Amino acid sequence: MCLAIPARVVEILPGQRAVVDLGGVRKEVSIDLVADAQVDDYVIIHVGYAIGKIDPEEAQRTLALFAELSEAQNSPQPLSVMGEVL
Amino acid sequence: MKYIDEFRDGDSARHIADKIAAEVKPDLAYNFMEFCGGHTHAISRYGIADMLPPNVRMIHGPGCPVCVLPIGRVDLAIRLALERGVILCTYGDTMRVPASNGLSLIKAKARGADIRMVYSAHDALKLAEQHPDREVVFFAIGFETTTPPTALVLRDAKARGLRNFSVLCCHVLTPAAITHILASAEAREIGTVPLDGFIGPAHVSIVIGSQPYVPFAQTFHKPVVITGFEPMDVMQGILMLVRQVNSSRAEVENEFSRVVTPTGNLAAQQIMAEVFELRESFEWRGLGEVPTSALKIRPEFATWDAERKFELVYASVPDHKQCECGAILRGVKRPQDCKLFGTVCTPESPMGSCMVSNEGACAAHYSYGRFRDLALVNKGPTASNSIAT
Repeated sequence: MCLAIPARVVEILPGQRAVVDLGGVRKEVSIDLVADAQVDDYVIIHVGYAIGKIDPEEAQRTLALFAELSEAQNSPQPLSVMGEVL
Repeated sequence: MKYIDEFRDGDSARHIADKIAAEVKPDLAYNFMEFCGGHTHAISRYGIADMLPPNVRMIHGPGCPVCVLPIGRVDLAIRLALERGVILCTYGDTMRVPASNGLSLIKAKARGADIRMVYSAHDALKLAEQHPDREVVFFAIGFETTTPPTALVLRDAKARGLRNFSVLCCHVLTPAAITHILASAEAREIGTVPLDGFIGPAHVSIVIGSQPYVPFAQTFHKPVVITGFEPMDVMQGILMLVRQVNSSRAEVENEFSRVVTPTGNLAAQQIMAEVFELRESFEWRGLGEVPTSALKIRPEFATWDAERKFELVYASVPDHKQCECGAILRGVKRPQDCKLFGTVCTPESPMGSCMVSNEGACAAHYSYGRFRDLALVNKGPTASNSIAT
């Protein structure tokens, strides 16, 4: 029910509608709730409506934390250092 | 797919698992509730429970809207379709929720009712436009994620003067349910487990933001970490909860910062406030009547409110005596503790609501977890070899 997936906006249509690309599948959705969505933005689609935009910088920051954690496990660095970062 | 695959990396998940194992204190028990069915599904599907130390236990909460929908509400929808001749539209998951007299929406459809599965509330509105001679009712269920689209179609129906369209509103609210689990005398009477923290909903929080959880984290001194639905998100969220428990903190933290902000989606909140108001009380399957935990349609939209339009009267209906969905939704029992699990109750033929949606605790355990309980599987490579031969 509450599952939703990230999709890339490929075309803005009239009437607060947009075409999004979900891994190669294109679908028309409403962007009424995310009025500032632009082409190439990633939005979260739920029951045919975009409900939020993905912030690429924040996504990168989260992935960077995972990467740092992996590096910390493979290096002699004290793990407590990561504890403060995360 | 971007923003999915990179959050499913097995090696990184194992690194987080190692970190969790290193940081848990062996003399402490960590009972965390994942409120949202999306997390329940992820935990079962990706084997996250197997990656956690024995003293970290994940408890399934009541955050699947299909699972908490009481029989009496489905009965109202079935009666509208069977006795009042409306075209009833609803989301796919809702179609198989067991109702009274062995019925469900899909079985009522087999009896000739005009019931249609829609992907979106927008599709229900389009049906009403295509059938001006018929009454079209949208049976709307879901948490704050699904509510703004319902509000938008109600606004559009009013703007277009579309009088053959109405909504049977069963939208429920997340913070009220979490508070109820922790606070109410009723919940204590019917039994809930001791909890040390919550995994906060992902997509609900896109709409409402992280701030609504702050007062209850402070009042009940329970940590909340909002996390995404991908396996690494969930693992990271559990690590953040373990750290809060270890340092006796009870704060709202946001692992899902790529989409969730403190204030949420203000446009969505505005349309919800314009169209809906609080119900004094609403019955949840498994939790009973929960005060101010659901929404009803404002009087300004009464023409499009199916409850008013068809003068519907709600009647509570108890679950089947053998069904343990209620206790499972409160975290008191596990799916495998139910006598009906995997025998008369399966995803193909569900007896209880938790077996319906793939986000339900029973359906998730049936699909991904039930073989973990078998002795043969747990015996390791030798047993596997013997099965192969």
